[in-house]
Amino acid sequence: MNQWQNFTKGILKENPVLVLVLGMCPALATTSSAINGLGMGLAFTFVLALSNVIISAVRKMVPNIIRIPIFIVIIATFVTIVDMVMHAYVPDLYKALGIFIPLIVVNCIVLGRAEAFASKNNILSSLVDGLGMGVGFTLLLTVLGSIREILGAGSIFGYKFIAPTADGILVFILAPGAFLTLAILMALNNLYKNKTSKTTKNS
Amino acid sequence: MSKKDSNLLNLVLTLFIIAALAAILLALVNKITSGPIADAQQQKEKDALQKVLPSFTDLKTIYIANIDGSDSLKVYEAISNGSVVGYAVNTYTMQGFNGRIEVMVGFDTTLTIINTEVINQAETPGLGDKITKPDFREQFKGKNPENFILKVKKDKGDVDAITASTITSRAFCDALDRAYRSLKAWKGGA
Repeated sequence: MNQWQNFTKGILKENPVLVLVLGMCPALATTSSAINGLGMGLAFTFVLALSNVIISAVRKMVPNIIRIPIFIVIIATFVTIVDMVMHAYVPDLYKALGIFIPLIVVNCIVLGRAEAFASKNNILSSLVDGLGMGVGFTLLLTVLGSIREILGAGSIFGYKFIAPTADGILVFILAPGAFLTLAILMALNNLYKNKTSKTTKNS
Repeated sequence: MSKKDSNLLNLVLTLFIIAALAAILLALVNKITSGPIADAQQQKEKDALQKVLPSFTDLKTIYIANIDGSDSLKVYEAISNGSVVGYAVNTYTMQGFNGRIEVMVGFDTTLTIINTEVINQAETPGLGDKITKPDFREQFKGKNPENFILKVKKDKGDVDAITASTITSRAFCDALDRAYRSLKAWKGGA
């Protein structure tokens, strides 16, 4: 598998949320607006890429039976760095994301990639894998956040395009809207997958 | 390359080294970011003060008794050329839909509300968090709670509640009411 395929698999074929169905908690809870989804995705990508690199670098020095605690320490370090940096330089976004930044530590995507990929592959592949998965996660969260913000608040990235006093369809900003939107995106992805696999069979 | 043996010394050493490196890294980042974090918090309070008070040359921080609570309220006395021109009360309510809401309220010397600013809130996005937008808070400007009942219209007050967010609107009124009554009691006694 070349590095480009390694990168792009995270975006659609093995998209962490749509296909692997991991990391549901931040995907549903933080996507009430496009900017929140984007911010969460970027913080997540940073943690995933760097922890993948470090874990891959130390994979031969780590005794097998304590690999999980060591992975967690490495991941937690990067999460705490992101947490402090966001608190200092983007306080508004930090407030909007709240508890979900520290919770990246226990996010199954990060630990999953560490265990399934970074602990078995070299540094470059692990970096590419982390970036790919991160970009896939970020894209999905931004799309999810955009759809919810457009329908729920009538704005996109904070720019309102309906009358300032008018309200959107409120349910999309609230928790049920997250489930509805995600379900529709998953259904579309499956539809697309079914279509493409049928065409390859026919040809 | 074979993995390291899982004997006790290896386990302890590896975990220790990784944890120590992590601690050093975090200490460094903390040193860089702790300044900006404190500044941002102060800046937020300063911005709020500027919005709710008339122009002032000096600020004095005082603590006044909370009329219906045990802890005191923080009040900034705005002083311009030696005379007091207004008060900013850092008030709060516990009746928010998602817990505590912190509001900065500015009063002039006749206890008429100059402006309000939300400092901290965790209300529902899209519903209750409209208290941070000016549309809702506009109605309090220039009103004296003496003849402007700080209750939503549903509770026979004078405040227009936010649609679908009566609880948040009530909580906001509660915070203002606490500030007004505490300040009035303090001024009456002083």
